[in-house]
Amino acid sequence: MSAGPDTPPFSTVDINNDSRDDEDIFASAVQEVSLDPEVNGAREGLEKVSIDDTPASISTSLNSPVMEEIATERSNNIIITVTEPQKIGEGMSSYVAYRVFTKTNMPIFSKHEFAVLRRFSDFLGLHEKLTEKYLRSGRIIPPAPEKSIVGTTKLKMTSTPSTENVNGSVSSAGVQSQFVERRRAALERFLNRVAQHPVLSIDPDFREFLESGMDLPKATSTSALSGAGMLRLFNKVGETVNKITYRMDEADPWFEERAVRVETLEACLRRLGGACEALAGERRELAVRTHDAARAHASLSGADPHAPLSRALSHVADLHEKIENLRLEQSNTDFFILSEHIKDYLGLIGSIKDVFHERVKVFQNWQHAQMQLTKRRENKAKAELSNRPDKAEQAANEIIEWETKVERNQQEFDSISRVIKKEIERWEEIRVDELRATLLHYLEEHMKHQAQAIRYWDAFLPEARAIK
Amino acid sequence: MMDCVEDSSQDPLSTVPIADPAPATMETKVEKKKPNENVSLADNSLLVDISDALSEKEKVKFTVHTKTTLPEFQKSEFIVVRQHEEFVWLHDRYEENEEYAGYIIPPAPPRPDFDASREKLQRLGEGEGALTREEFLKMKEELEDEYLATFKKTVAMHEVFLQRLAAHPVFRRDSHLRVFLEYEQDLCAKPRGKMDLIGGLVRSMTTTTDEIYLGATVRDVNDFFEQETSFLQEYYSHLKEAVAKVDRMTSKHKEVADAHIKLSSCITQLATREQPPMERFLTKASETFDKCRKIEGRMASDQDLKLADTLRYYMRDAHAAKAVLVRRLRCLAAYEAANRNLEKARAKNKDVHAPLEVQEAEQGQAEACAKFEQLSARAREELIDFRTRRVAAFRKSLIELAELEIKHARSQQELFRKSLQVLRECQ
Repeated sequence: MSAGPDTPPFSTVDINNDSRDDEDIFASAVQEVSLDPEVNGAREGLEKVSIDDTPASISTSLNSPVMEEIATERSNNIIITVTEPQKIGEGMSSYVAYRVFTKTNMPIFSKHEFAVLRRFSDFLGLHEKLTEKYLRSGRIIPPAPEKSIVGTTKLKMTSTPSTENVNGSVSSAGVQSQFVERRRAALERFLNRVAQHPVLSIDPDFREFLESGMDLPKATSTSALSGAGMLRLFNKVGETVNKITYRMDEADPWFEERAVRVETLEACLRRLGGACEALAGERRELAVRTHDAARAHASLSGADPHAPLSRALSHVADLHEKIENLRLEQSNTDFFILSEHIKDYLGLIGSIKDVFHERVKVFQNWQHAQMQLTKRRENKAKAELSNRPDKAEQAANEIIEWETKVERNQQEFDSISRVIKKEIERWEEIRVDELRATLLHYLEEHMKHQAQAIRYWDAFLPEARAIK
Repeated sequence: MMDCVEDSSQDPLSTVPIADPAPATMETKVEKKKPNENVSLADNSLLVDISDALSEKEKVKFTVHTKTTLPEFQKSEFIVVRQHEEFVWLHDRYEENEEYAGYIIPPAPPRPDFDASREKLQRLGEGEGALTREEFLKMKEELEDEYLATFKKTVAMHEVFLQRLAAHPVFRRDSHLRVFLEYEQDLCAKPRGKMDLIGGLVRSMTTTTDEIYLGATVRDVNDFFEQETSFLQEYYSHLKEAVAKVDRMTSKHKEVADAHIKLSSCITQLATREQPPMERFLTKASETFDKCRKIEGRMASDQDLKLADTLRYYMRDAHAAKAVLVRRLRCLAAYEAANRNLEKARAKNKDVHAPLEVQEAEQGQAEACAKFEQLSARAREELIDFRTRRVAAFRKSLIELAELEIKHARSQQELFRKSLQVLRECQ
């Protein structure tokens, strides 16, 4: 993981390269960033991106904290929080709206603090747009939270879900608000990842998403059951087939090595995610059984004629109810901190694979153009041999045309390769930092849980001593 | 060797030997389950303990070691080897002895049951392919620890049973106990064949029908006993429920502990693919989870030991107390029958002078009366004592439980704190 201090971002982008198509629109924007390193604190380039306050945004607390601190060492001074999920409307046409609150000093935003209301499909729409615009140039687009038809329908069909703490035994209402909380947290992480990306963060669509007070045009193409959704599904299948059948002639060992590394990382993370979910599940079950034990002790207490012992047993029952809640909280810690982090990274790895695949497609284009060029050259040679000056001239023109295309495609390929390398390096650093932060946070939370357990048992001890 | 009469706070229970990975044939310096509060005389005239135990295939062989100053015994110190069935045989001899009808007979120890452990080990073996070598070894270690704990527990229960008998002023004089402790050959207690088991089942069934039948036909003259009966019935069923629930809770708690194995193994795997600083970090994190697992496991087994086992023991004791009440009712029925007999004899021999029949009936009635009174008095004492014992035992167990849980929670907290410190310094 070479993290060499790099020059300000994108200074290597050749602004005179007019042959690039849509990238050019952003060339000036990109230049702006590099000319004003003070503005967004980017000095040593993106390699120093530190996600100190990311733990806060990955925080599990079910009443989401509004983060007040803005770390000064990050490359982008922006913090986004997603709060107050509210169900709007009733029945099948209802949806959940989230308040997206941004606090920033970035100059591209007109204010320092602002908030808007967005619904889930708006987030997906944003993700779609970013993908359309930047995947081709090799950017790793942070994945959007998954759609869940089951979860969403349940939400629509039940009466307004409580957005409060999951307290007490796991009921269906608890599971519901868990769903909402998971989604809220995932949306928040998504936005913050985009906000930290040097290129994506200054995208106008992103800006509009955060700033514009108006409702965004309903992104119907993102809905799973729409026509566009179906089309996307077909395309995905086609892509998958392509991924399997086309074997690229890899000239750059870096890519091959990275691809392998990414695969093994994915496998590891999947296993870890499984282990974590298993642990969370066992703890949840333990909470249920603790509840049963508490009830049994309460009955026992009722049947005991010896007053002090009866009192003590009733305290045992209370204690176990408290412990039941503690177990639930521990389970939630496992789940919300560690498990969700792993899911995010599996998603990001998915995006990385997408970007690798884009590169393959670009390579395909290049090869295709190369083949066409060769064919045209052959045509010209043939025409000259058979003494057909008109055909020869036509072929000569085509040759020029295809030579240009080949050159452009090659440059596109070089560019995407370069960008991907940069993106991956950036990602690797962030990955390590985030993993570190997540594990530290996880351990901290568990430490707090133990402190809580100590308090509960400490409170019980005098009750036990007071028997007789 | 342990004092069978001990009520001191210097209880070996405070050191939890469960953690020792000792081999199966081991020194039974095991925690004593219950202090014997029956006897206040701190005499050492009859000291019994189980100095060794061996588990082979389906059987467990206990080495019963006795040290005595009583003249009834041939030697002053001796050893015999006994199996579980022989303990049951001994218990049954006390149960069927009419002289002890008014006493709460210490419940027989439960049969050594390693089925659960064996099954888990088998399942582990079957699922071996799905685990890494490291995970497999750790799980195996956990199961072996569990097996050891179960083993120690069964030894302790057999020991407590004997010690309670040996400390009891009346029970210790029983000839069957002497035979049990001294006789070097195997006792005639054959392993319970099918007929025996069915016999046992029939016997326990008749006891219950006895309860119901007697309860219905014999009016109890004494409020105290009526109260006791209903109290014990209810209490027993609540205890049973509580035992079941706590058992389920502690077994799940063990599973939570085991789930950490996979977690730490996955983190270790992740570590091997990272650069040195991150690798160190992850390795350390993985170690933390491993240690955490051990502490959680200990929390679970202490809950089992202090809470579940206490409940379980008193459930069995309550059952034994109920048995006393049943025996008393039977005795009462016999007394009432003798009364009726006397009346009948008197009625029949109204005109006969000094009839033999009546005299016999009178004698019979007097005996029955005396027996009943004696039994009732003893039973009353025993039941009051049961209450006292129960309260004291629960108190002790709950205090110890709380102290142990606090200790474990503190060590977990400390573990996390230290780990966080080291981890933050990493890289």
